[in-house]
Amino acid sequence: MADDRVVGIDLGTTNSLVAYMGTGPTLAHPHEPGKGVFIIPGEDGSNLVPSVVALDHDNHVLVGNAAREALLTSPERAVYSVKRLMGRGVEDVQAELKLFPFRLAEDLAPGEVLRIQLGERSYTPPEISAQILRQLKRNAERFFGAAVKQAVITVPAYFNDAQRQATKDAGRIAGLEVLRLVNEPTAASLAYGLDRKQNGTIVVYDFGGGTFDVSILKLKDGIFEVIATNGDTHLGGDDIDNLMIAVAVADVAGDLGVDAREHPDLVQRLRRAVIEAKTTLSSQETADLEVELPDGRLYQRRIEREAFEHMIEPIVERTLASCRQALKDAELAASQVDEVVLVGGSTRIPLVRRLVEDLFERKPHTELNPDEVVALGAAVQAKILAGGSAETKDMLLLDVTPLSLGIEALGGVTAKIIHRNSTIPASATEHFTTGVEGQVSVAIHVVQGEREMAKDCRSLARFDLKGIPPMPAGLPRIEVRFLIDANGILHVSAREQRSGKESEIQVQPSYGLTDEQVESMILDSFDNAEQDLAQRQLIEARNDAETMLTALVKGRRNEAWTMLSFSEQRKVDELESKLRLALGGTDYHSIRRWMEELNQASMRLAELMMDAAVGSALRGKNMDSTDMGEGPEAPHPIGKAEFN
Amino acid sequence: MRAEHFCAECGHVQPAEPTDFFSFFGLGRKLELDEAALEHDFYALSRKLHPDVYSKASAREQAWSLEKTSQLNDAYRTLKDPLLRTEYLLQLQGIQLDEQSKTATEQARASGVEKKQTVPAELLEEAFELNMLLEETKLGGLDAELRGQLSATREALKARLNTMQDELHAAWKQWDSGNSAATTQMVDVLNRRSYLRNLVRDINEALK
Repeated sequence: MADDRVVGIDLGTTNSLVAYMGTGPTLAHPHEPGKGVFIIPGEDGSNLVPSVVALDHDNHVLVGNAAREALLTSPERAVYSVKRLMGRGVEDVQAELKLFPFRLAEDLAPGEVLRIQLGERSYTPPEISAQILRQLKRNAERFFGAAVKQAVITVPAYFNDAQRQATKDAGRIAGLEVLRLVNEPTAASLAYGLDRKQNGTIVVYDFGGGTFDVSILKLKDGIFEVIATNGDTHLGGDDIDNLMIAVAVADVAGDLGVDAREHPDLVQRLRRAVIEAKTTLSSQETADLEVELPDGRLYQRRIEREAFEHMIEPIVERTLASCRQALKDAELAASQVDEVVLVGGSTRIPLVRRLVEDLFERKPHTELNPDEVVALGAAVQAKILAGGSAETKDMLLLDVTPLSLGIEALGGVTAKIIHRNSTIPASATEHFTTGVEGQVSVAIHVVQGEREMAKDCRSLARFDLKGIPPMPAGLPRIEVRFLIDANGILHVSAREQRSGKESEIQVQPSYGLTDEQVESMILDSFDNAEQDLAQRQLIEARNDAETMLTALVKGRRNEAWTMLSFSEQRKVDELESKLRLALGGTDYHSIRRWMEELNQASMRLAELMMDAAVGSALRGKNMDSTDMGEGPEAPHPIGKAEFN
Repeated sequence: MRAEHFCAECGHVQPAEPTDFFSFFGLGRKLELDEAALEHDFYALSRKLHPDVYSKASAREQAWSLEKTSQLNDAYRTLKDPLLRTEYLLQLQGIQLDEQSKTATEQARASGVEKKQTVPAELLEEAFELNMLLEETKLGGLDAELRGQLSATREALKARLNTMQDELHAAWKQWDSGNSAATTQMVDVLNRRSYLRNLVRDINEALK
């Protein structure tokens, strides 16, 4: 059973999360009866893992909050917002490079997958994302005390084929089998849909750290059918930060005569300060910036909400334009939408809420935490793929491809073969022939996008149909089948029909890693993982023990404690002191052993607490499922961690 | 006859066989179609065929589920849309649409040759007047009067597009009651329709 656990992962631009849908509560989550969809916290107890990766001076990989600190002290050894580079080529990231402190490796060959310099080493974006995924995997494994090998990972709905493929590669490099890529807004709708079984048209407006998506869905008896989607994979809170940083950099140069661009660490301090100010402005009318310059002077500035809103309005307007296009594609008027759901951290900005409310003429839903809802939805989809439960029994997600798929035809124009907003899996069959007598290969260029000319669309791949039997021009009839799978990823197969010969296709992805490259990256990652395993195991065992002891202290205050017999209580007390003793040492085996014992001894306490929680939920009126199955499927959270 | 989708014994997905979109849903080649029933059937088949249902199944069944579901989606997308449905039926009957059809447009694009535009007789006069207006716009720019004239023309064209809906439905009825000559009528309506739409598009571009 344990190995079947499928987690849901939100691999975000700014923060990443891992979530799970079990069938019952656990000691650490006794307040989550029934639904059992929850975020798995990290070692530090935080649900959010900042999507930052750094190398310390011993070349150990740091992820999350530790890496975020490194960003301030040694920015040249850290990278954030790497999602913006996934599946992209050098020529499309030029704008990004002006705004973000990405340092590309200097020895990049043309056509090669981007590599980012971190200290003395360089990594591709999927490898960096894999480090974040690996951290989330570790967090989940610590929580379950068992290996986690399968995941559902979310991607922006508007991600193209290359960006999706890069995300899937990242999963593989991290040692995860990616059962499905799910679009973020669709995942969010699943999380919302779990609570309210109803029919109607809903809009999910997902404005995150680096990407914007809008999806319009039709809900009918558990079917979540996406009607239209639109978005921008390079529009998010990051862009707001960059506007604010630009103002601050100009201030610092004009008023104080310091060129911030010469001090990367200063830029990072400014960045952190403006993000804080941005957050403050969501609840206050003014925010104060205060940043120390390298020479010790202070840069200070007060920002009024009105000025802030004026500055960001063009960005918000771009999201509204996407919404209008999606409505048009869905052939719906704004007034025909039943509900609007807000997702993503940037929807905390009051101006965003106001303008979305104006456009759709209704108050948007904000009940679920906009940072967590995508991960929770991914966990629901993970549950569905793992075989489902009573709650997910009728749920099925029908998503669409966000961009049209086309072939470059004569004259460089795009001939569309699968239109955007087609439900996936979707397919198209095209026929090709030769133009010259005896021609044995045909080149095909596949693109994705809405523009007339192929050069303005995203190049996906160039194929050579090879091995065509020599025939007079125009006689061969090569059938090529294009299939977009449920992940939104393209597959191509071809056959020459006159000879019945299966054509050999050499797929040359325009941007992406080959299978061999991914394989070697998987091997590399294992090498690195072994290095500091022992050290990590001790640290993690200690952290887990602390978590367990904290949960126990709480448990003692619960009414359930009094229901234990005296000898049960004494056994727990005794094992607790043994564990505390072991914690003082450096033998992680011993820590794990006493944890395991304590875990066994406190099992009944956890069960009693769960029963109490379920009981109170049943008395409440919001219970939407009474099916608790056979008790907690999610294991006892204070169980053993780190496997391997 | 509905195509075989599931094993009679175990209820699992079967390999996809080439089938036309009507047969996929067990429908005859009729154009008047109960769209609500089609949607209902689409959802019911999705629940049983979708790759989500087979994520723990063998690689073989997963591949079948993927193929079948793509067929299902392609068929539903085509049949639920009245125009795509009509075009698809004509294609099944071996009838090529005229120059204005979408496929023809794309073929013309693909071969790089200028697309031939046969102006439907009843639209000759309007098309001529509109071209004069558009020409004027190009030369002298867009003033309030021209703008008004273009908008009025656009509304008139849109009204005609709406009446074509009725013409098309009439042709469907003919076809469904066994009159195979109705295909000629349909081709005619579709061609005029796409011609009109091109005119509307030209006006939209001029007014931008």
